[in-house]
Amino acid sequence: MALLNYFPDWLLVHGPGFLMALPLLMAAVTALLPNKRIGWISTFIVTAILTVTAFGIALYNIEVGTFIYKMGGWAPPHGISLYIDALNAPLVLLVALMAFITVIYALPATIAEIKPNKRAPFYAAFLLCIAGLLGMVVTGDAFNVFVFLEVSSISTYTLVAMGAARDRRALSAAYNYLILGSIGATFFVIGIGFLYMETGTLNMADMARILADLDGGSRVAKVAFGFIIIGLGLKLAMFPLHTWLPGAYAHSPTPVTAFLASTATKAALYLLLRFTFFVFDPSFAYVADVLMFVLVGLGVIGMLFASLTAIFQTDVRRMLAFSSVAQVGYMLLGIGIATTASVAAGYLHILNHAIIKGGLFLALGAMWYRFGITRMEDFRGLGKTMPLTMGAFTISGLSLIGVPFTAGFVSKINLAGAAADAGWWWAVGVIMLTSILALVYIGRLLLIAYFQSPPEVDGAVVKRNEAPLAMLIPIWTLAILSIVIGIESDLIVEASVRAAELLLGAG
Amino acid sequence: MSAPDPKMTESELPHAYAARDPHVLLRVISKFLIPLIAIFGFYVHFHGEYSAGGGFQAGVILAASVILYALIFGLDEAKRAFPPWLIRVGMSLGVLLYGGTGVVSFLKGGEFLNYSVLNENAISGQHYGIIAIELGVLCAVTSVMIAIFYAFGSRQPETSDEDW
Repeated sequence: MALLNYFPDWLLVHGPGFLMALPLLMAAVTALLPNKRIGWISTFIVTAILTVTAFGIALYNIEVGTFIYKMGGWAPPHGISLYIDALNAPLVLLVALMAFITVIYALPATIAEIKPNKRAPFYAAFLLCIAGLLGMVVTGDAFNVFVFLEVSSISTYTLVAMGAARDRRALSAAYNYLILGSIGATFFVIGIGFLYMETGTLNMADMARILADLDGGSRVAKVAFGFIIIGLGLKLAMFPLHTWLPGAYAHSPTPVTAFLASTATKAALYLLLRFTFFVFDPSFAYVADVLMFVLVGLGVIGMLFASLTAIFQTDVRRMLAFSSVAQVGYMLLGIGIATTASVAAGYLHILNHAIIKGGLFLALGAMWYRFGITRMEDFRGLGKTMPLTMGAFTISGLSLIGVPFTAGFVSKINLAGAAADAGWWWAVGVIMLTSILALVYIGRLLLIAYFQSPPEVDGAVVKRNEAPLAMLIPIWTLAILSIVIGIESDLIVEASVRAAELLLGAG
Repeated sequence: MSAPDPKMTESELPHAYAARDPHVLLRVISKFLIPLIAIFGFYVHFHGEYSAGGGFQAGVILAASVILYALIFGLDEAKRAFPPWLIRVGMSLGVLLYGGTGVVSFLKGGEFLNYSVLNENAISGQHYGIIAIELGVLCAVTSVMIAIFYAFGSRQPETSDEDW
């Protein structure tokens, strides 16, 4: 590919290691920087470099296929290997890109939301979170996954708690997230421990080979699978384990909400895919049962329950948080049907939903930045007072519902098609029903914003007060990306099919 | 940084302590012990490449000596000797030492943290690498332990001398 020639060879060969080392080290440097704008500049440069690197790696992956990076020069299975294949290359790009977009937005947002003496630590924690998420996605070593999971989680708790300058409830939300997140990580590591006991290795590819030889393994492997599913379920906000999510999304600083909504649960979903289809295999009876009954069952209940809950929220950020839980249900449904087409659709929805929800939360953050509003009834007349922000919000919102020519439509139609192909007509019905519920909660907000007049403050009607350019650019980038995917969906659909074929084999 | 009695000046303080010091024994013994603990910490550290030990354990032991100092002589005294800003620098410096080794191996054309390329002789390269990263671990662990202690210690009212 011609584009690939512009990347230096070193960056492609050492890219996986570079991706996690750069933000990790720059986090340590940023923590020492003075609390001026330098923290933002360094974070901005780092995320820009990461995005370019991730893009190069994704292209390189298409060119050469799966490639392995030996950390410290130690060969797998004994050394830690970083593993880039069709499944994680798009996610690496997603995490890096979302980080870059969020950082642009964060320049005005942090000035409004974070105390001056906390800004450098904020960016340090943000970089650590990026390092953890990228590490989680690129690593091919099961224990290494746990380490990076903790790196990203612990920095996330800090980031959520930093919302306390704006809203004291951020502290209890962060604490709640800390407790549940730690339980999730503990379950996950217990699962890894059992798996290590069964297979005697920590390298995921090696584990997969040994488990296949053992034909699924003994009860130890089954227990390991259960622990891993529950641990990851907590991290990815699977329906009954989602209770940390609304609080964390509603009270953390707005750039953090957008970044978390678009990457943190997605990275955990990636791990779920990696473990259920790559390390374990759906041909083992117990994996097939879990996919069929637990993931699909909880996914569908979550879709319905969380969508209904979202309708009755008065705080828009909580509404979108519950909507995220519902959208996770779509992904779980796609994963649980376990055909190549459905896994591809679930994977596609992971990518699309990240872009949609990122855009929605960024637009909400801009509204808070200008008017300090998060409640539903305060959205009166936003179509007049913040037309550009509200316009982008509308596009992303329509995409969330699944209106044709938007990203949401592409993934929902793929998912419905895959469910129908597998003969799961009732699932198609559920998808339609929850899309209508999404129409209700997004539509209600749009009605308030466009068809009610702006409120009067001190006797004067609120004037037009658009968000600053540093916020409009990221918000509109995501909105336009959502439309571009809706119209030109081939590239991203191909990427998701490649990922699904890697997991399940073609066909 | 509040002195026990706000009327006292800085120079009068030691005399005041000597006059009504109910735990002179603790002070004398710990003054004797603290350097020993610190030396033992370094002993554990420099054994890291050959045998049990290394930066992590040594960092905890070193931090324990500072924590003992803080317990006996008070948090303010400890913070004067090891100011919090220094601790913060130490935490970052440790990570940077560890990661910096990886960057050097990047620059020398190897993988991240591949110590073999640090020297022409791969074995001594591994040796240098381990020493460098162990120093980083020592630095980071010591600082983090002290920082955690400061964070917890600063939240509680200190026991006044009358409560003994």
